[in-house]
Amino acid sequence: MEFLMSTAIGVLTAAGIYMVLRLRTFPVIIGTSLLSYAVNVFLFASGRLALNAAPVLRDGIEVYTDPIPQALVLTAIVISFGMTAVVVIMALGSYLSAGEDLVDVPARDAEIPTAPHALRGEAVE
Amino acid sequence: MTHWLVAPVVLPAMLAAILVLVARFHLSLQRVLSVAGTFALLAVALGLFWQARDGTISVYQLGHWQAPFGIVLVADRLSTLMVLVTAILAPLVLLYAVGSGWDRRGAHFHPLYQFQLMGIMGAFLTGDAFNLFVFFEVLLIASYGLMIHSGGQRRLRAGTQYVLYNLLGSTLFLFALGTIYAKTGTLNMADLAMRVAALDAANSAGIRVAAVLLLLVFAVKAAVLPLHFWLPGSYAEAPAPVAALFAIMTKVGAYGIIRMYTLVFPPELEITRGLFDTWLLPAALLTLAMGMIGVLGSRRIDKLVAFSVIGSMGMLLSAVAVFTASGIVAALYYAIHSTFATAALFLLVDVLRDRRTGVGVWLRDAVPVAGGPLVAGMFFVAAIAMTGLPPLSGFVGKLLILDAARGSALVWWVWGTVLAGSLVAVVGFGRAGSQIFWRSHQVAAEREEDPESEAGEANTKEHDAPEPALPMVAIGSLLGLLVALTVFAGPVTGHLNATAAQLFNTQPYIAAVLSMPGKEIKDDHGDADAHDDAATDTTEEGH
Repeated sequence: MEFLMSTAIGVLTAAGIYMVLRLRTFPVIIGTSLLSYAVNVFLFASGRLALNAAPVLRDGIEVYTDPIPQALVLTAIVISFGMTAVVVIMALGSYLSAGEDLVDVPARDAEIPTAPHALRGEAVE
Repeated sequence: MTHWLVAPVVLPAMLAAILVLVARFHLSLQRVLSVAGTFALLAVALGLFWQARDGTISVYQLGHWQAPFGIVLVADRLSTLMVLVTAILAPLVLLYAVGSGWDRRGAHFHPLYQFQLMGIMGAFLTGDAFNLFVFFEVLLIASYGLMIHSGGQRRLRAGTQYVLYNLLGSTLFLFALGTIYAKTGTLNMADLAMRVAALDAANSAGIRVAAVLLLLVFAVKAAVLPLHFWLPGSYAEAPAPVAALFAIMTKVGAYGIIRMYTLVFPPELEITRGLFDTWLLPAALLTLAMGMIGVLGSRRIDKLVAFSVIGSMGMLLSAVAVFTASGIVAALYYAIHSTFATAALFLLVDVLRDRRTGVGVWLRDAVPVAGGPLVAGMFFVAAIAMTGLPPLSGFVGKLLILDAARGSALVWWVWGTVLAGSLVAVVGFGRAGSQIFWRSHQVAAEREEDPESEAGEANTKEHDAPEPALPMVAIGSLLGLLVALTVFAGPVTGHLNATAAQLFNTQPYIAAVLSMPGKEIKDDHGDADAHDDAATDTTEEGH
């Protein structure tokens, strides 16, 4: 069980980091999603793994699973879900307006715009 | 009375909802409500600041659940100070946004602005590490919306980068919190402080990893050197009022470092020894050097100001990393100063962008800026403040930092980097200022000799129409605050000394949070009664 959980977290994280280091927005978003899955499982495991145990503290129960990480992971899932939606929309917007989906800002953005019409006083129409 | 403690979070949250639901299509109503809301926030922040000035630590239990089981908001000197700085910045930037018409250029500026304030206020006030994460997300998701306000290809691309970078930062934050919880079983900061102090140093690998991860998370927010790549692009491309508000967001990262590493991982703690002098201080100095070199190398004024933000964060964190009371005082003074100076500079850049026909923010020859003397004077004052020349507050802040570094082992490195960095920044700002305000007259003179070029003349005339006064009032107020910060440097540092003393004496904080009784839990059917208790017991809170 521990082995399964830890390898799952490790593989998800490794795959997520690999995808995040790609150049195009879609793989990067997939990467951040994988990372958020990894961290959700990790948070879930941070309260120790207990099988077939009640999640809420009650009188007379000896073995119980920690309820806090479950609440934390629920919050984290909701937030990462919302964030992924936002980044998908923004990536889509930037793809549609720029015509390409590279994450990097292209080199031409760093160039000084050539011959702005006020620069030398020429009227450019 | 202590219900006021939650007001800085609830007020913007409710206002934002009202703005979306009721005033969605009424821009003037939105403006009135939003400005009124930020001034109300300022009043609340002043009240909280006044309440905490004598060292009172007020605690607010959300839902009246006792810490560490419930979430608490804590107002001590540091929190209320940061809340006050945010509350002063917010109305001024908002007035600029209204006066310059930025809020008209896209949908939902005002609600997003309020949500952003809610997140920042919550992050400063919360006493729970996971709640800190949640408020970080609130301020981030609002900032994503604000960042791409009014759209445009370049802004969207920069925005996408910004969001992706911060998503990774959030993931890292969760990993850090998960590790902390796994090792200590709590996320309440006061409770954490006790449990981390009690941990066995021989078996502390997990908590050390967590401490480093957490430092990385705050370093991403504060744009420390290897993690600063998100800042120049996004601050330069963000709409000006948003960039000015973002001036406080880098300070949220610095606040996180100060809060967590005085309370939970204090400098005398054996297991995290060396985190600051070995890692944070060199990183901060490199950040400072890189930021100032960026100032010198920028070809656009908005990038130049963005790099000066990185430089000032390096300056601030090198004072934090010394980690003595005098270091914290210097860092906090510099934080207040650089927040206002950065905001003023970003707003001035926007004024210049509008008025420099054809060249916008690029540092190229252009016709003289309309309304030159006023704008040039303001730029001069703001640049003096930012680079830390006398007589303004940047100079005072830098003196405090140099003085605080005297006890450090790396004192010559700190002095050398701070002084050389300032010189480079002075040259960078001087170059930009003379290019924008002086060289333009030479260009105009050349053009007058050349009868064919009428365009420049026509363009200056277009701008002769009276400018709206509100943006100038906003920028002028920010610069006035810098002057006030210089004039009242004595009382301010007096308060900051008390703040630093409170930060290093953690026992009252821990006692105030953990000893406050919450509601009594009777049995499974007692929920309704407990709720009534919460309503009646509130007068007993916070003592």
